[in-house]
Amino acid sequence: MIRVMLPAHLKILAKVGHEVQLEVADPVTQRRVLDELEARYPMLRGTMRDRDTGQRRAFIRFYACEEDLSNEPPDTPLPEEVRAGKEPFLVVGAMAGG
Amino acid sequence: MTGVRILVGTRKGAFILTADASRRDWKVSPPHFGGWEIYHVNGSPADPDRLWASQSSGWFGQVVQRSDDGGKSWEPVGNDFGYDGAVGEHLWYDGTPRPWEFKRIWHFEPAPDDPDTVYAGGEDAALYRSTDGGQSWQELSGLRTHPSAPQWQPGAGGMCLHTIILDPSNRQRIFTAISAAGAFRSDDGGATWLPINRGLRSAQIPDQDAEVGHCVHRIAMHPSRPEVLFMQKHWDVMRSDDAGGSWREVSGNLPTDFGFPIAVHAHEPETVYVVPIKSDSEHYVPDGKLRVYRSRVGGEDWEPLTSGLPQADCYVNVLRDAMAVDTLDPCGIYFGTTGGQVYGSSDGGDTWTAIVRDLPAVLSVEVQALP
Repeated sequence: MIRVMLPAHLKILAKVGHEVQLEVADPVTQRRVLDELEARYPMLRGTMRDRDTGQRRAFIRFYACEEDLSNEPPDTPLPEEVRAGKEPFLVVGAMAGG
Repeated sequence: MTGVRILVGTRKGAFILTADASRRDWKVSPPHFGGWEIYHVNGSPADPDRLWASQSSGWFGQVVQRSDDGGKSWEPVGNDFGYDGAVGEHLWYDGTPRPWEFKRIWHFEPAPDDPDTVYAGGEDAALYRSTDGGQSWQELSGLRTHPSAPQWQPGAGGMCLHTIILDPSNRQRIFTAISAAGAFRSDDGGATWLPINRGLRSAQIPDQDAEVGHCVHRIAMHPSRPEVLFMQKHWDVMRSDDAGGSWREVSGNLPTDFGFPIAVHAHEPETVYVVPIKSDSEHYVPDGKLRVYRSRVGGEDWEPLTSGLPQADCYVNVLRDAMAVDTLDPCGIYFGTTGGQVYGSSDGGDTWTAIVRDLPAVLSVEVQALP
């Protein structure tokens, strides 16, 4: 079970609580987690990744295990702690603007 | 009429203001989509409880929200605004070519007779249509692929398609306006487009009479006279009596002819409203006075409307989509400011009251007369 935490605006948009739990097949990668998240909550399509290119939006960050994974290749396996459900995968709105 | 509903888009959410037909006592909703930029909220003429909201953010991109109960509840619908076919290039601010890139929806124009059909104007400039209640969007790409499009350049606010007018007497005729490309007309339902900028003169471009390149801020039409158009341009208030075939300036005695919104009285096709601001570099009203100017003769001769509006120490702007008229009698006029006030007049502009004073900066105002 993969645990995903969303920023406040996306929690409201998807009408979810503090944490989303997803079943993601191995290998658990950033792309697979986001694909599953968007499949479960279609209203999130386009809010984290560009709909056409799949590129991360400029002011979105992906963190896990106290590491910034935002610029990791999307098919790189996520840390074992995320795959095991011990640590959440964090979708974060970057500190930008006011 | 049972009442009036004002749909307000702001920098930090949408608000719905409601009153009965007397338009005296207003109720202000809590924010919808708090924290998001709401460029536009508009209602379907065919079903007034069907509302569309353009919700966007620099962080999270474009979302489209639809309400089927007059704004009590909302559901996100489709937000896939692709460009049809080859993306193409337009000119960037520095004169170099740059591929079209979708940023946001500026304006929704619901079809008059079908609640599931709505047009959307985008940045970078493109016209979209949904016929399935917003689930999917198709670009009417004949506009973006017009032969002049590689020469279009963005205005200061971006290269936005901000005005969509559906001719009520001719289903095939659509008017659009793009900053800073100009005005365009389709006579075949949006398949092909004609620039309609003859008579516009813009000192800010090398060829002042160029076919495209004019910074049109807003166009307004009275539904009973669809061949007559009024335009607030970057500078100049303009009028066309031949569906945009040619334009003439009607700025007349305005204190300044720079501004953004323009609106036509619901029952008097020759009565027009503008809100002049000081200049293109000082986007606030002149002399610290918030004055709506009204012409009752279709332009040239304008009178300031000041009763109830601040006449000292006021430095707000009224953006292009932030003025609307209702269809009651007497006609109601409403506008929102960058200072967060929404003002209303229930007597055609003679007197004004602040319906609400402290909203976030207002981006858009629409009004519905509820049956």
